[in-house]
Amino acid sequence: MIDLIDDDLLPSYTQPPPGMSSGSRLERALRAGKFAVTAELNPPDSADPGDVFEAARPLAEVADAVNATDASGANCHMSSLGICSLLTRAGYGTIYQISCRDRNRIAIQGDVLGAAAMGVRNVLCLTGDGVGVGDQPGAKPVFDFDSVTLLRTIRTMRDDGVFLSGRRITRPPRLFLGAAENPCVPPFDWRPERLAKKVEAGAQFIQTNYIFDLPLFETFMARVRDLGLDREVFILAGVGPLASARAARWMRSNVPGIHIPDPVIARLEGAKNQAAEGAEICIEIMQAVRAIPGVAGVHVMAYRREHLVSEIVLRSGVRQARRVGRR
Amino acid sequence: MYRLRLFATRHARVFEWMYVRLERALVALDPVFARIGYNRIERPVALVERGLKGLMFDCRMCGQCVLSSTGMSCPMNCPKELRNGPCGGVRPGGFCEVKPEMRCVWVLAWDGAARMREAQRISEVLPPVDRRLKGSSAWLRVAREKAEGLRATREADRLAMAEAFPGARESEPASAPLAQEPARAVEGAER
Ligand code: SF4
Repeated sequence: MIDLIDDDLLPSYTQPPPGMSSGSRLERALRAGKFAVTAELNPPDSADPGDVFEAARPLAEVADAVNATDASGANCHMSSLGICSLLTRAGYGTIYQISCRDRNRIAIQGDVLGAAAMGVRNVLCLTGDGVGVGDQPGAKPVFDFDSVTLLRTIRTMRDDGVFLSGRRITRPPRLFLGAAENPCVPPFDWRPERLAKKVEAGAQFIQTNYIFDLPLFETFMARVRDLGLDREVFILAGVGPLASARAARWMRSNVPGIHIPDPVIARLEGAKNQAAEGAEICIEIMQAVRAIPGVAGVHVMAYRREHLVSEIVLRSGVRQARRVGRR
Repeated sequence: MYRLRLFATRHARVFEWMYVRLERALVALDPVFARIGYNRIERPVALVERGLKGLMFDCRMCGQCVLSSTGMSCPMNCPKELRNGPCGGVRPGGFCEVKPEMRCVWVLAWDGAARMREAQRISEVLPPVDRRLKGSSAWLRVAREKAEGLRATREADRLAMAEAFPGARESEPASAPLAQEPARAVEGAER
């Protein structure tokens, strides 16, 4: 019976290095002052682990961690927990995304322990899009937590070693806590304040929604610096290549929280090769945000254009390629 | 009513003033309430509260009122029932992602808070809603909680909640309650 278990493949509980919450590759990179890169993985509609590895491969060369989305846009796909479990076992850095839309506090706290046991070291706490925009609009929206209470709950689990019920956790999860922010939608004046609240609740890193409007983002960052938040939290600016002007228009009107200014769309429209122009715009934005004080990295969301991620990141010069996997 | 709800956030300062006075009166009345029995007055008070707040704020009787910390915009009107600020999907012009015809509850909240004396209360991290308290009177809960102060109960679960959200415990004690709940409040006054 013992022969059936290969010890090398079994996850085990480890303490993070001193001064770190999780010691994840992402946390180490950020704390070392490196410009970090994270990338969003397109989750498969399949039960084949091979599909997960295939989706992760084009991202791993440049990303410190890969985000496994949690039914983003309220569409069903393989779960974030499943994807993270597979990828961490294979040596990838992962970010386990938790949306408040689909699970209540009982399910979420249990999943957090499960994910940590599987080797997950980074978590991104999200509100989640409404069920109406997804492929199952008749579903019951849960929203038992919001992203802020979710952050505080996981922080309490990690730092105080208790569930929100007060019951003890014998071995607390070692996690680096993240949250999202959307600087480009209303209420603009209060977005930095909202960020402060997330930091107060426990956020250690932030991944923003797409930044296509640089002046808006610069104003946001100036206020963030005024509040001193850039010293308390690592901010990764969300970027991504647009496929075409048509795709951009579609995203703008159908995906919640996406703001793409008209001049960007006009520039795509005027280009001979719209896809190449989309990549070009993305590279320019990456270089621009890198120059903004307080920006600690980029988060690349290249939905269905994952094959471009390495090229875009390397061409932008914000980051060198790294060896894939842990071996 | 939606129009009155907009009115309330536009005049958040006045409502804040009224609420401060109401709260003081309720706390002062705690000994009286306790003598009569919170259980006995729970339903009639909840009825009045539902009527008034329902009209003014489209109150959903979550039982853990935090209006003074949300610019007098009731967060339970947010389709995602967010208690700590807007989601990332707010539409251009400040309209709701889920109900595009409605102004985002949190755009209104920050607008209201900016008019209030204690504007900074909106920055407080509020706990998740205790769903058992739906339908019960938040006014009576505030009276009890403020009067009880920080006296701990033997119920470890609520103690952990209060400790995880210490700021909220201070500013909005009904959102992280410690006092013993009268039976009727927990069952909910709806039935
Ligand atoms: S847009 Fe505002 S009201 Fe609508 S779901 Fe988001 S936070 Fe709630």
